[in-house]
Amino acid sequence: MDVSKKVIEIIAREQHLDVAKITPDSTFAELGIDSLDGVNILFALEEEFKLDIPDTIAQNMKSVRQVVDSLTRVIEGKDVSDLVAMAKGEPNATA
Amino acid sequence: MRRVVVTGIGVFASTGKNANQFFDTLVKGRSAVRRIEQFDPSQLSVQIAAEIPDYDPLAFFPAKRLDLLDRFSQIALLAAKEAMESSGLELKDEERPRFGVVTGTGMAGATTFDTGYFNLYAKQATRLHPFTIPKVMHNAATSQICMELGAQGPSFTTATACSSSGHAIGEAFHLIKNDMADVMMAGGSEAPITFGMVRSWESVRVLATGNGDPSKACRPFSADREGLVLGEGAAMLILEELDHARNRGAKIYAEVSGFGLSSDASHITVPSIDGPARAVRMALAEGKVNPEDVDYINAHGTGTRVNDVTETQVIKEVFKDHACKVAISSTKSMHGHAMGSTAALELTATVQAIDRGVIPPTANYTQPDPECDLDYVPNQAREKTVRNAISNSFAFGGLNAVLLVRKFE
Repeated sequence: MDVSKKVIEIIAREQHLDVAKITPDSTFAELGIDSLDGVNILFALEEEFKLDIPDTIAQNMKSVRQVVDSLTRVIEGKDVSDLVAMAKGEPNATA
Repeated sequence: MRRVVVTGIGVFASTGKNANQFFDTLVKGRSAVRRIEQFDPSQLSVQIAAEIPDYDPLAFFPAKRLDLLDRFSQIALLAAKEAMESSGLELKDEERPRFGVVTGTGMAGATTFDTGYFNLYAKQATRLHPFTIPKVMHNAATSQICMELGAQGPSFTTATACSSSGHAIGEAFHLIKNDMADVMMAGGSEAPITFGMVRSWESVRVLATGNGDPSKACRPFSADREGLVLGEGAAMLILEELDHARNRGAKIYAEVSGFGLSSDASHITVPSIDGPARAVRMALAEGKVNPEDVDYINAHGTGTRVNDVTETQVIKEVFKDHACKVAISSTKSMHGHAMGSTAALELTATVQAIDRGVIPPTANYTQPDPECDLDYVPNQAREKTVRNAISNSFAFGGLNAVLLVRKFE
């Protein structure tokens, strides 16, 4: 499954944007996505991929690439505790 | 003393999608009640309501904006936009802190709640849409209007069931009178036609059935009345301090001169005579108007036996000999009972009656009731100069709001 393509489709649908205007490098700021929009996009992603994205990660997604990377790791069932720790701002956290 | 006038009106409701169309329909005595189209009502015993016909939200709002607007906020914004335009107001940035918004609603985001709970309970969804709360909250319409129009002054929402927007307009009037604002957008919005809401009202056993001929279902003050009919709609008025309005040469529809409010403190659904009578007297006292100088009463007139008989007694109690001379009508016979916005719809109709010199009728009146023996302006509109008028709202829960308006001269 091409996670990146699907994420871009969902962001385009939820934000009522042209899918061609979104690239993996787009930031939420560039796309005019505010915090409430972000929550909406996460909801749509969770529905689409049938999974839960931890709040601590969710709050720190600021770009399409961050969303894709985090989502890919959650989908693959990888340990995301480092992402959680980084999101919480713990001093020794590394991505 | 600061005086307050109405300089703008806006309506988006079953009987009209703008203020003129709304009042023209009322003057013609035409009811907007029909078989419900927003959902399939065939499982309900009451299958009728006064719905806004042919309403397509996408014709008025971009899709992105609609994501955050329940139907009650959409129609509130549409009425507010018309009210603002009709006022001709163009506020400067420094005036915005003196411009506020007060709206009333009883059920707020009923459609969003209904859909969400259906998904949650019936379809076993594990979560609700993240926009649920910002859409359903009672102050959503007020906040959306504030953002749309840049209103930064005193703003809030009132929720007193069928009196909600009466209290909203009264409070907005007092904010200007008490020098806390110069301009207020005041009114109400309600979009309660959902399966769950109609089923809930059905259970109270106050709804008219009338499925055979919906337009004749609501018959206030008529001996053969069967009950109330739910409606939806929004109405907004621009209230403005008199000098502020005069300085810019604004059209003045009417003056708001009194507000009376009271609590029955007796029964959760049965109105008293004393409570509403005190509210009427309080409004007249504030406006320094004698009962015999009131030419028109826009009645609460729900079409239930309890309301219509009690309201008739209230009018006799306050107006004494003048009770049989004053023209009384219930426009709910046409726009239905739009609960939280009904007082705003009715005050708008009252202001238009003053402005145009025409009193809208009580539609569907067929038979006199010995217990309701006043002049209810049956079926035919009446040309008449209206000097002073009151609009009554007596809510479930016994919370009453009465507004007094007068012809501005």
